[in-house]
This record gives sequence, structure tokens and C-alpha cells, in this order.
Amino acid sequence: MTDSRKIVRVTQVTKSFKLGKLDVMALKGVDLEIAAGNYISIMGPSGSGKSTLFNMIGGLDKPTTGKVFIDEVDIAQLDAYELAWLRCRKIGYIFQTFNIIQVMTALENVTLPMTFAGMADDAAAEKGIKLLQMVGLGDRFQHKPFELSGGQQQRVAIARALANDPAIILADEPTGNLDLNTGEEIIYLLKQLSRERGVTIISATHDIKMLNVSDQVVWIRDGRIDKIENREELSISIGQINTIPGLGSLSEA
Amino acid sequence: MGKHSIFHSDTPESDKIDRLVVLPFMKSVDIAVKSIRVRFFRSLITTVSLVLAVSFLSFTQVGSDMANGLLSTGDPALRQALIRSGYDLQPVDMRVENSPKQRWIIVLSLLVCVVGIVNAQLMAVTERFREIGTMKCLGALDRFILRLFLLEAGIQGLIGSSAGAVIGGAFAMVNFLLRFGTESLTTLSWTQAGLSVAGATLVGCMLSLIGVMYPAIVAARMQPVEAMRVEQ
Ligand SMILES: Nc1ncnc2c1ncn2[C@@H]1O[C@H](COP(=O)(O)OP(=O)(O)O)[C@@H](O)[C@H]1O
Ligand SMILES: [Mg+2]
Repeated sequence: MTDSRKIVRVTQVTKSFKLGKLDVMALKGVDLEIAAGNYISIMGPSGSGKSTLFNMIGGLDKPTTGKVFIDEVDIAQLDAYELAWLRCRKIGYIFQTFNIIQVMTALENVTLPMTFAGMADDAAAEKGIKLLQMVGLGDRFQHKPFELSGGQQQRVAIARALANDPAIILADEPTGNLDLNTGEEIIYLLKQLSRERGVTIISATHDIKMLNVSDQVVWIRDGRIDKIENREELSISIGQINTIPGLGSLSEA
Repeated sequence: MGKHSIFHSDTPESDKIDRLVVLPFMKSVDIAVKSIRVRFFRSLITTVSLVLAVSFLSFTQVGSDMANGLLSTGDPALRQALIRSGYDLQPVDMRVENSPKQRWIIVLSLLVCVVGIVNAQLMAVTERFREIGTMKCLGALDRFILRLFLLEAGIQGLIGSSAGAVIGGAFAMVNFLLRFGTESLTTLSWTQAGLSVAGATLVGCMLSLIGVMYPAIVAARMQPVEAMRVEQ
């Protein structure tokens, strides 16, 4: 990537949750810089803090200590309007559970963020159909979510995440609820988007299929970053993956 | 911030305008109507207690109007008939008023109705946590969510309470027609009856809005992560 500005910067982020009298430290001091345009995978076993980090980067939750900068803007400083604007225009979210709004059609789901962004109905519908065609659902835009398979719903979610041409797409276990083949299709769709549109993709996952397409892999374990590997270094880890005892759960994914 | 910045903007003013998310009013109505239609049975359940309470209110109010119509004839036989059918008329009374007992029953029924609405709406909101969280992730402001819930409740309230008011009014008329004959219709002040029905409808709409207020505020204030965490 020629444009190596840091679109996401996480400094010394900790997050603790209160569970009764217990304090659970989900993140224990995370430092991370993500260059624009890259495909990043945040890998780690279940419970390692991936979703927590995802929520911090996406401005969906606030760190206990530390700061998150999106494009060098400290998101803790944003007011409710600016935060909504950030979620609407600059970040697209994709979830394990798809989270398609059940009462709306595929197209209405995709155009909702455009409506929030102030786009006129006609323009939004036109763009929404284009996006749905792009993810391979051109003929299904009038379908309700329950008429779509999991893989198709996730495609709608991807089209929706792209609605306002965000700079970043955050995906939390996007393949977690999908079978092997469908998961692979979704991964390649995301990869294609990052290549063609220059979107930064940050995906939390324990799906090792993601390794192939990642520009960078952030290994997270027990609330800490274990190591960060660039594309070139990855092949070594893939060879070792089943022999690393602590990451045993990864191979089950 | 650099010139590449995704937060680009030149002046603080354009900044604010640039960064405003919107949900046009007609679009909100559109979403609210769709939401009601898709969840038709849930909406029906929320509305049933309202229909009943409003029709009771309308029944008593229109009944009073009809009794007043009969009284205004000055016919002592009709006066006796009214007293026999339960109206508590003193010799000096020229008009029928709701008795304290009647008023108490009306207030009680409306109160029960509001509690029913709050309960049904809290359940409806809980069912929709994920939807609310998703909308917030897509950029919805608290007040979009609030507005959607208020609109839904307003529309449900309007439909439910106008139906209830008309049904109650019709029952009152049938009731009087059977007991006092056609005279009860010819002496009735139709404007007064119309006002009573409209008043009952208005009260119903208010109740519907009051009932949704707390659940809607809970929904609107919800942080996206909390909303999404719920297993559904
Ligand atoms: N809202 C919460 N309340 C309490 N504990 C939480 C909450 N969210 C996450 N945790 C805990 O934080 C840790 C990390 O969770 P999470 O980020 O969801 O992991 P992952 O996504 O990698 O599976 C886990 O131990 C989890 O139980
Ligand atoms: Mg997770």
C-alpha cells in the first residue's frame, strides 16, 4: 500500500467489565496501528478480547483507559452527533449474527444508512441496487431477511456496510455462523472489496481461512497482543499453527 | 489533522452541517407504518386494551349526551325512565353528570389501560433491542429511535382509539334505542355526541403516547453494544 497513513491508532487501551464484584479485564493494554487500505485480521481464541477491541475501534464502546484514534481524531472527544456521523459515514460494521433489520427488505437495509446520511430516496435506491448487484444479490433486493440464507444475509450486511463508502469496514467473526464454503466466499468478497475500493478491513476472527487474504495479522491472547505479523511472515505460522498449544482452539474453527 | 483526513472540513460551521445525520419525518412515518404492519399481531395486542378502555369511555360519554337529549324534552315520563334505568337524578337536576362512581371507574379503566400499554411496549422494545442496536451502528441518533417508537404508538393509538370510540358510541346508541325508542336519537345533540367521540379518541391517543414514553426512552438511550449483546 502506497498510502501508509495510520487510519486507526489504539494506544494503551484497557477495558474491564464488572461481573458482580469481580472485575474482568478483557483488554490489558493494547497498542495497535493500522495502515489505511490494508486487510487486517485480529486472530485469537474465543474470549481473548477480539470483540471488545472491535467495539473500541468502532466507537461502539469506550475504553476504561487509553485512547482510540480514527484518522488521528480521538473518538472519546466526539459528541453524540459526531459519533453517529462516524458510525454512519466512516465505518461499516459486519457482525457474526448478520444483524439485518428483520422488518425491512434487503434493499431497505442497504439504503437506511444512506437515508441517515441525507441522500435522496431515488439516488439511495439506485446505489443500493448497485451494491447488492456487486455482492451478488442483484435479483433479491425485494426479499425479506427470512427469505435469505445466512450467506446471503451476510452479503446484504456487506452491501449495507458499504452504503456510505466508509473508510473502514469492521467485521466481527463475519464467517462465524456460516458453513465452510459460504464463509470462504464471504472472505474473498471482503478481500476483493479491500483491493478494488481501498477500504481498510479489520476483521476479528478465529477462522484460519482468513490468514490467506490478510495483509497483516494481529494475534491476540488473553487481552494482550501476542504478535503482529505481516503477510510475508505468515506462511511460517500457518505451518506451525497446529503445534502451538495455546492456540489449539484455533484449528477447530 | 492532515489533508487526507476522513474528518475533513474547512470551517467549524461547515463541520457541524457536514456531520449531521438525518432521518426525514416522512421517512420515519414510512418506517413506523411498515413496522406496525409487519408486527401486526404484536401491534394488535398492544392496542386491544386501548380499544376497550376508549370504547368504555366513549360509551359513558355518548350515553350522557343521549340522556341529556331526552331530559331536554322536559317530558316527566322520560325523566322517570332515565331514573329507573340508573341515572341518579335529583328533582333540581336539568342535566345528567357522571356520578363519582362512574368517574372513578373511567379513571380506573384508563389507568389499567396505560399500565397494559407500558407492559406491552416494554416487551415490544425488548424484542427489538438488536434492531435498535443495529440502527445505532448505522448512525441513528437517540432521537430517531425515540421518534420511531412515538410515531408507532401514535399511529396505533389513533387507529385503536378511533375504533374504540366509534364502537363505544355505537353501543351507547343501540342501548338507548332499545330502552327509550327512537326519541333518544331525535333529541340527541349530534355535535355533542361527535365531540364526545372525538374527545375519547384524543384521550386514547394521549394514553398510547404516555404508555410508550418510558419504554421508548429506555430504547433510545441504549448503547449499541448493550443492545447487540442480547441473545435473540
Ligand atoms: N459485557 C461484558 N461483561 C462482562 N464480561 C465481558 C463482557 N464482554 C466481554 N466480556 C469478557 O471479556 C473477555 C473477552 O471477550 P470478547 O471480547 O467477547 O472475546 P472474543 O470476541 O475474542 O471471543 C471474555 O472473558 C468475556 O467474558
Ligand atoms: Mg467475539
